[in-house]
Amino acid sequence: MQPLLRVEKLVKCYERQNVFGSREKLLALDGVSFAVAQETTLAVVGESGSGKSTLGFCISCLEIPTSGSIWFEGRDIVVLAESERRKLRPQIQLIFQDPSNSLNPRWSVEEILLEPLNLKGKLKREETKQRAVALMTQVGLSSDMFQRSPAQLSGGQRQRLAIARALALEPRVLILDEALSALDCSVQAQIANLLIELQRTLGMTYLFITHDLAMAAHLADEIAVMNRGRVVEQGPAQNILRHPKEEITRHLLAAIPSLDNAERPPLES
Amino acid sequence: MVPILEVQDLHVSYRSSGEASYAALAGVNFHLMPNEILGVLGESGSGKSTLATSLLKLLPSNGNISRGSILFEGKDLLCAPAGELEQIRGKRISLVYQEPSVALHPALRASEQVFQVLAAHESAGKSALRQKTRQVLASLFPKEADRISNSYPHQLSGGQRQRVLIAQAIACGPSLLIADEPTASLDSTTQKEILGVMRTLRDELGLAMIFITHNPALLAGFADRVLVLYGGRVAELGLARTVLSSPKHPYTRALFQSMPQILENTRDTRKTKLPVIAGDSSAAQLPLEGCVFEPRCPDRMEDCREREPAVVNLGESHTVSCFKYGG
Repeated sequence: MQPLLRVEKLVKCYERQNVFGSREKLLALDGVSFAVAQETTLAVVGESGSGKSTLGFCISCLEIPTSGSIWFEGRDIVVLAESERRKLRPQIQLIFQDPSNSLNPRWSVEEILLEPLNLKGKLKREETKQRAVALMTQVGLSSDMFQRSPAQLSGGQRQRLAIARALALEPRVLILDEALSALDCSVQAQIANLLIELQRTLGMTYLFITHDLAMAAHLADEIAVMNRGRVVEQGPAQNILRHPKEEITRHLLAAIPSLDNAERPPLES
Repeated sequence: MVPILEVQDLHVSYRSSGEASYAALAGVNFHLMPNEILGVLGESGSGKSTLATSLLKLLPSNGNISRGSILFEGKDLLCAPAGELEQIRGKRISLVYQEPSVALHPALRASEQVFQVLAAHESAGKSALRQKTRQVLASLFPKEADRISNSYPHQLSGGQRQRVLIAQAIACGPSLLIADEPTASLDSTTQKEILGVMRTLRDELGLAMIFITHNPALLAGFADRVLVLYGGRVAELGLARTVLSSPKHPYTRALFQSMPQILENTRDTRKTKLPVIAGDSSAAQLPLEGCVFEPRCPDRMEDCREREPAVVNLGESHTVSCFKYGG
């Protein structure tokens, strides 16, 4: 099957000037390649600083890669003219870790949802409203919350709203950058279930960027392990978990906090 | 052994403008032995951060400790005069916050930030304090103490910043350390490393610790006892190995079930729905009468709606507040 999204030899190099005026180079992505098939989930795991967020930014066109290509729907979005890229951009949406920072605190839930719908144009006012209600239902929010501000929602509700806003533009790919990491465990489970549901009903494709290997393993078809800007190991989720080849993968696996960890003897009281 | 900290019947409420006050903690009881790590497990709205701040009487101005006592080394902190409290905070009891990037001063070098804590509490001369600062930082950064000491927070990684915060916290040799989600903003490998650091400190310095988190898995192999907080009440309290391996309270059970257990499962459970607890734990959803967990509880009964369950002792200092066990 033709992959929906294919990244080839992606390089992103940041340059910064240090205090002495000399330029330092930081290679955030060092030749990353992978492909994601439609309606599947690729989990990108790695430690902080391994380049996984930069990868998400490049694919969602928030950063321009230094070199390499990003093939989406048969076209390389890196070299596409801005006017053409603009048409493809809505189809790849990004969800951030902390919804309290990615939602405008002074807007109501309704305004937050109507913005992307209005951007899309073409819809009449009532249709827009109906679409907003439908989006709310789709992510498990009730439409009596329309007039609330993000601060009046719980963490889980805010993340649901962020997902609804992303869905407004009818994307084909969602990039989830640590989208569950800031949530409580029980809420993580709820949002994970929502993501599974949306994949089934809408045929959504996910790039699930995280340091939480347990959740990655639960949601992903394939896992790509990143270290220092490179994908060091990639394969079906079960293989990576059961037969990790790279040192860094074993290191990440060993760090998964688990309820079954070795117990220490208790203190006598 | 005498407990280092005894919290009895602690009630804390917040006033919000115009509305009635809201109870963040209602009747919290527990004790802490010297050299013990108590893991406090709770989600947003459970009152876990309120617990941390009320133990030091650092509640915001609309917060009020309406009832109860906090006995620290035999002294009731709630009756202690302000001057005495200042001597205790940071010196005898210290607090490690969640966000090391916010808790550290952005424009001071790491060594200066540790030095200021010492200077605030100790009367020794400057050079003696500098010496002590070096020692403390060296104990947390055995390999690169000098480089870290001279760095500003933005030059440090998340894990290193968290270590600097811990250095501040242990500088004056406290007997109790309260850590409020100290690893929440770190990735799992750094989390593990920081937990290791805290364990070593406990073993070497004989610290007692209250470790607050929303992630039960972090407590496995780390805490001695676990206190599960829900809606400002102690739902369950017991030895970590007991509570984590065979939880009794319906909330604790449901919480543990909602976590993906991909490594333990032999068959492929990927992309299957996780069992969730319906609703959320935000304050607005808590019932005014009966058991606070009743609306979300899978095992609810008649009694649950009418009154609050009492604490039931299940033996081996394992207690649970639920009618299922007699309540």
